[in-house]
Amino acid sequence: MPTLRYFRRPLLKQSLESVFTVNPSQTVNQSDAKPLDVARIRADFPILSRTVNGKPLVYLDNAATTQKPKPVIAAVQHVYESMNANIHRGVHRLSVETTAAYEKSRLQVARLINAAKESEIVFVRGATEGINLVAQTFGRTHLVEGDEIIVSTLEHHANIVPWQILCEQTGAQLKVVPVDDDANFLIDEYKKLLSEKTRIVAMLQSSNALGTVIPVTEVTRLAHDVGATVLIDGSQSVQHHPVDVREIDCDFYVFSGHKMYAPSGVGVLYGKEALLASMPPYQGGGEMIKSVTFEQTIYNDLPHKFEAGTPNIEGTIGLGAAIAYLQDIGLSNIAAYEAQLLKYATEQLSKIPEVRLIGTAKEKVSVISFVVEGIHPHDIGTVLDQEGVAIRTGHHCAQPTMQRFNVPATARASMCFYNTEADIDQLVDAIQKTIKVFA
Amino acid sequence: MSELSDLYQELILDHNRSPRNRGKVEDADGSAQGYNPLCGDQISVSLKMDGDRIEAVKFEGSGCAISTASASLMTEALKGKTRVEATELFEKFHRLLTEDGSGVKLGPGMGKLAVFSGVCQYPARVKCATLAWHTVKAAIENEEGQVTTE
Repeated sequence: MPTLRYFRRPLLKQSLESVFTVNPSQTVNQSDAKPLDVARIRADFPILSRTVNGKPLVYLDNAATTQKPKPVIAAVQHVYESMNANIHRGVHRLSVETTAAYEKSRLQVARLINAAKESEIVFVRGATEGINLVAQTFGRTHLVEGDEIIVSTLEHHANIVPWQILCEQTGAQLKVVPVDDDANFLIDEYKKLLSEKTRIVAMLQSSNALGTVIPVTEVTRLAHDVGATVLIDGSQSVQHHPVDVREIDCDFYVFSGHKMYAPSGVGVLYGKEALLASMPPYQGGGEMIKSVTFEQTIYNDLPHKFEAGTPNIEGTIGLGAAIAYLQDIGLSNIAAYEAQLLKYATEQLSKIPEVRLIGTAKEKVSVISFVVEGIHPHDIGTVLDQEGVAIRTGHHCAQPTMQRFNVPATARASMCFYNTEADIDQLVDAIQKTIKVFA
Repeated sequence: MSELSDLYQELILDHNRSPRNRGKVEDADGSAQGYNPLCGDQISVSLKMDGDRIEAVKFEGSGCAISTASASLMTEALKGKTRVEATELFEKFHRLLTEDGSGVKLGPGMGKLAVFSGVCQYPARVKCATLAWHTVKAAIENEEGQVTTE
């Protein structure tokens, strides 16, 4: 609604995080990072003090979803207790306040990823919806038979299936960049796949199943050289290290709130303004229009054109609180801490002879996938749960990755900044116990 | 709090280590593929009928200890059963997995299958224990010329 444009403050020239911005494919310089006060951080997460089966909870399923710190919980509670109203429509005080809080989150997201404008930030349900939106609007408008879409072997199903649907609709073809036996992305193989037929390159920045970090800045540059449009799935990146979409220069970037300490049901699609402006709407409804008659509808400006219907208001406001929380700790500090924890966990798990790590790429986020000889991952998961250790077992919505490494499933410990070396020790003890049960 | 040994009883561990009736029945009268999309487990079951009675059942595939032991014990339990008896046994088995303390009420017909009574404490694992049974049901129906999916 044009009358409510007051909230569109100009973006600060340089956000707090962009000061720290590094190429995410490069190792963060750990000497610059400040150590974390993990005991204080853990006290911010109420759930971490509960027990499971009489044992202290060791939560190592952060790649599936992260726990929520008090400021996020408080932000959502504050919405319900103090301001709850629908946004962008009311003249009353509650609606004005809620609208301002909702739009403040958009500004925070823009700053977090260093977008040029707030209007380039579209709120969606999650990364999955962001990818589907791009496939069905940009993709359907631009792709024809014979065009090609490139993804990597390591993609989550959310970055495979929407493109397969698009291929069915348009006659385009899906091409897959392989990885080596350590799960390193093979950039030379990627170069071979690129051609004038390549219209879209869609790739995750970090693998949820194995942790591999893909050099997305180089991937994007090479794609642009052949005129392709690039979507990067940052679902396993924004919570782990600083991300700068203008440095990557990707055309689209997606991520989910619930994997970065925010409520579930809210996610972000970043898109370059010119591209978003040229795309048709994804869904029709309220909010995404300027005027409606039975003869003609005029669509709203960006980003509202892509936000049909009442959004997840409290979740989005919670996302803003999560971003503030992360920035308070500092994403570079988080990256350095998690890198150390990954190193410790890799060393400890490697000491168990029966354990085989799947995915030992040079660049990784804090995700460790493994199998134990002769024991199915589900059985590992059940015994670990008995010990209070929560991990994910299965294919991690990345079945092609499992097929590449010839395993039906893996056990996965995904760590974050509230995890400690003591958590890893408890994981190792529980794995030892599992091996005894099935010996 | 349930004990781990209630779930992973020695008989289950034994059938996981050394599954019985692994492979394919020759000249099978029916076969089916079972798939658990949650964990990626796959199983194929083939069976040979002698009139209305199941003469032999075998299974192939990969799965967790619960799913492997369940398939193995199922092949033993179904041998010699009629179609109706097999269906009744599956229904009983399913109740054992989903109803608290039902093992006692279900009576002696369960035999070794009662070893799975601990599964009801682990709702996330019920599908592991029933995968082979769903698959054999499809195989029996397939044998009768019906097209089934899970």
